Amino acid sequence: MKQRLERATGQHPGDSPIIKTSVRLLVPFVQLFGLYVIVHGHYSPGGGFQGGVALGASFILLALAYDLKTSIRHFSEGANAVLANTGALIYTGVAALCAVMGGLFLDYSALDKLIPLGPIEWRSFGIFLVEVGVGLAVMSIMVSLFWDISSGGEMDEGL
Amino acid sequence: MIWQLDLLILLLVVVCALATITVKDLLSATIIFGVYSFLMCLLWAEMGAVDVAFTEATVGAGISTVLFIAAILRTNRRSKD
Amino acid sequence: MKALALIATVITGILLLYGTRDFPAWGDPQSPANRHLSPYYIENAVAETHVPNVVTAVLGDYRGYDTMFETVVIFCAGMAVASVLRRNKS
Repeated sequence: MKQRLERATGQHPGDSPIIKTSVRLLVPFVQLFGLYVIVHGHYSPGGGFQGGVALGASFILLALAYDLKTSIRHFSEGANAVLANTGALIYTGVAALCAVMGGLFLDYSALDKLIPLGPIEWRSFGIFLVEVGVGLAVMSIMVSLFWDISSGGEMDEGL
Repeated sequence: MIWQLDLLILLLVVVCALATITVKDLLSATIIFGVYSFLMCLLWAEMGAVDVAFTEATVGAGISTVLFIAAILRTNRRSKD
Repeated sequence: MKALALIATVITGILLLYGTRDFPAWGDPQSPANRHLSPYYIENAVAETHVPNVVTAVLGDYRGYDTMFETVVIFCAGMAVASVLRRNKS
């Protein structure tokens, strides 16, 4: 599609220095906001899902303003697959670890036997661990969905 | 809850939903669907469900619009019916 | 055919709107959910989990299964799209 448009109009579509510069300035702040939403989920609206989507949107913004290659160079295909699996594994792993340590499945206070912080503190910290897992999984899944759909699975030229 | 604002947003939601399924151009339908998501986000925020409003704004208006546009560019812009 | 579909849709809509008459009013403090479940979370969430945001406490701790399978659903969706569309570069 991009090549067809390029041949028709004689110029790269969306190839504007204004868009590129503003996106380059904007992406670090979007990522910082995503991390803030994940970490500050205990005190303000937000959490793993919303923060993960914001982090994924920053990479999608990069792919929209530059091209798919730039996005893949900043967030490689292998790292994407590893992070998606790690995120899902952190959640289920923490849940299973609770069961292994003698509590119920997903009962974070059982982790007190592993590192003694107090059962109530562990319930707070367990929620944080789980939110980080959700954030990692959602971020990489969103980016990989965009890569696959926009390039038709070829991963060479995007939108 | 301001009921006048509520009524206005709900009317616009219905208008956007009808426009999304009647418009022939799928790209326009996608953009109208994004507007629908933002109106729903306003409605959630107005009802006090800030978490849901946040999710609606990021997923409904942000990611899903981009994914729809990517899918349209890979397939066909005109709808058959 | 289109008229038939319209009639069916309108009848379903009327039935659904009729069903909402039995719902409690929006924000009704006397509804069953607000009388039994919500007070428990509002009173005990901070003491039991040390999380000031009740929504996060419910999502991450009391209703952890929901969030876990939500993550698994998204994971499965991503894996399905990748396995259908992505081609190996050889």
